[in-house]
Amino acid sequence: MSALTFTLKQRTDQRVDMSPLVSQKMVDMELPEIGAIELQNGKSKVRVDQLFKISGSDAQNIVIENSFGKLDFIGRELGGGNIRVEGDVGAYLGMGMKSGTIEVTGNTDIYPACEMANGVLTINGNAGDFLAGALPGNRQGMKGGTVIVKGNVGDRAGDHMRRGVLLIEGNVGDYCGSRMVAGTIAVLGETGRYLGYAMNRGTLLLWNKPQLSVGFNDCGSHTLAFLPMLLASFKKFNSKFSEIDIFNRVQRYGGDVSAKGRGEILLKL
Amino acid sequence: MIINGVTIDETFAEAFPMNATRVIITAHTAQWAYNSAKAMAGFATSVIGCGCEADIERILEPSETPDGRPGVAVMLFAMGGKGLRKQVETRAGQCVLTSPTSALFSGIDGGTRIPLGKNLRYFGDGFQTSKVINDKRYWRIPVMDGEFLVEETTGQVEAIGGGNLLVLAKSEIDALNACEKAVEAMRKIPNVILPFPGGVVRSGSKVGSKYKALGASTNDAFCPTLKGVTKTELSQDVESVMEIVIDGLTEDDIKKAMRVGVDTFCSIGAYNGVTRISAGNYGGKLGPHHFHLREIMA
Repeated sequence: MSALTFTLKQRTDQRVDMSPLVSQKMVDMELPEIGAIELQNGKSKVRVDQLFKISGSDAQNIVIENSFGKLDFIGRELGGGNIRVEGDVGAYLGMGMKSGTIEVTGNTDIYPACEMANGVLTINGNAGDFLAGALPGNRQGMKGGTVIVKGNVGDRAGDHMRRGVLLIEGNVGDYCGSRMVAGTIAVLGETGRYLGYAMNRGTLLLWNKPQLSVGFNDCGSHTLAFLPMLLASFKKFNSKFSEIDIFNRVQRYGGDVSAKGRGEILLKL
Repeated sequence: MIINGVTIDETFAEAFPMNATRVIITAHTAQWAYNSAKAMAGFATSVIGCGCEADIERILEPSETPDGRPGVAVMLFAMGGKGLRKQVETRAGQCVLTSPTSALFSGIDGGTRIPLGKNLRYFGDGFQTSKVINDKRYWRIPVMDGEFLVEETTGQVEAIGGGNLLVLAKSEIDALNACEKAVEAMRKIPNVILPFPGGVVRSGSKVGSKYKALGASTNDAFCPTLKGVTKTELSQDVESVMEIVIDGLTEDDIKKAMRVGVDTFCSIGAYNGVTRISAGNYGGKLGPHHFHLREIMA
């Protein structure tokens, strides 16, 4: 079976809610039924076959071609299977995703991996603000799984993040790890200002020296036994993180003491 | 059945269902991993008086351990899940947490998950943190030498305890030499432990006693000094009897270890003082697992 492929015919002026197009909802549908699904497009509804040329039949492997930055909620609450997106995507990529994989060749708008629960989400371009964050008003962001970003990330990455791993190959903006509850954010590039702002628990693992906030205190250099295991677990991903040298020596900064203060910034030595 | 002059009795070892787990202790050096493992497996010869039976299963190369450091695999056996859980947590807390540079991991995937570091983490007084790596949760507990890393749970599986061999020899030294060689060979078999000191027991017991308070007492039928005053199992040329007790994960594991043990005794032979090989049982009424010596050697 070939992948169920949606090729965008033309870009819309208004944003499109792509949340119905996930494997678990289309697995028993014939192509005409899939084509008849209505997507929210601004204030109106639009049929899938009006927006996309549809081909293939394997709903466990979905491809979205010619994607652009107004296709929101791609892979929302994905319950298995794989989605590959060629091009940019809009906001809320992989929101509440429960399992499976999503790969985007381009960039994403805000809130990618928002409240994601499990699975692997790969962004080959840049990710917008609030990567793996919580919806406004909610207290827990990403709850599990792995997000790989090969480009740069905007502000507030990991805001309210609860569990899981963010692997960021590029740079991150300000407030990375803000209000973090737990989990791990690893950054190969540079980090912005207010790193770990109001962070409660969790780990920010860095390769480059950050601009530290006043809420973080130096705990000295240490050999940590869990690090080689954590780093080895990255080997299975298609990422620069699979090529890094395993190490266990880090400088540890504890904070943010203005919050619970049990978080840590680990800087590779 | 006689091999190399050694008579193999037509009898069987009677064994019992137990619950077991394996844990892996790692440390900065193999010696420090061993120190911790030795403590964890200490005072664990018999469930009757120790709460569990435990021993070092084998030494692990760094390539075989979760954190890539030198390690030791320890197996613990107890009569029930509740007893095993208590022994594992107590021994992890007193013998591994306390040991410099140590880390502690589950050595059994699957099975019923029982706490390893799940409750031990509270030693961290709120400073403990966890990391989930490859779907397993580990606890990082701050201690005075750095951090103690411990996996949250280990796997409890059904197992068998009480497999045994009796070696009857012409002298105490002959029995001891034979047992030392057999233990060395049997400890190479995976999934089994020999929980007694050096793997050997000299005080085999029978069920019951003339004293009402005691449930077990010396196995007078195999005591050489009582040959003339009790209903003995020993011939005149037997001056010493020693036992090797085997706990294992499966019947096959115990059979393999017993076979290796009998083979070793037989290769030593009657010329070097080994006259008979027997096994301990209770008439087949107590334990469901029966290991017939001649079937094992067939």
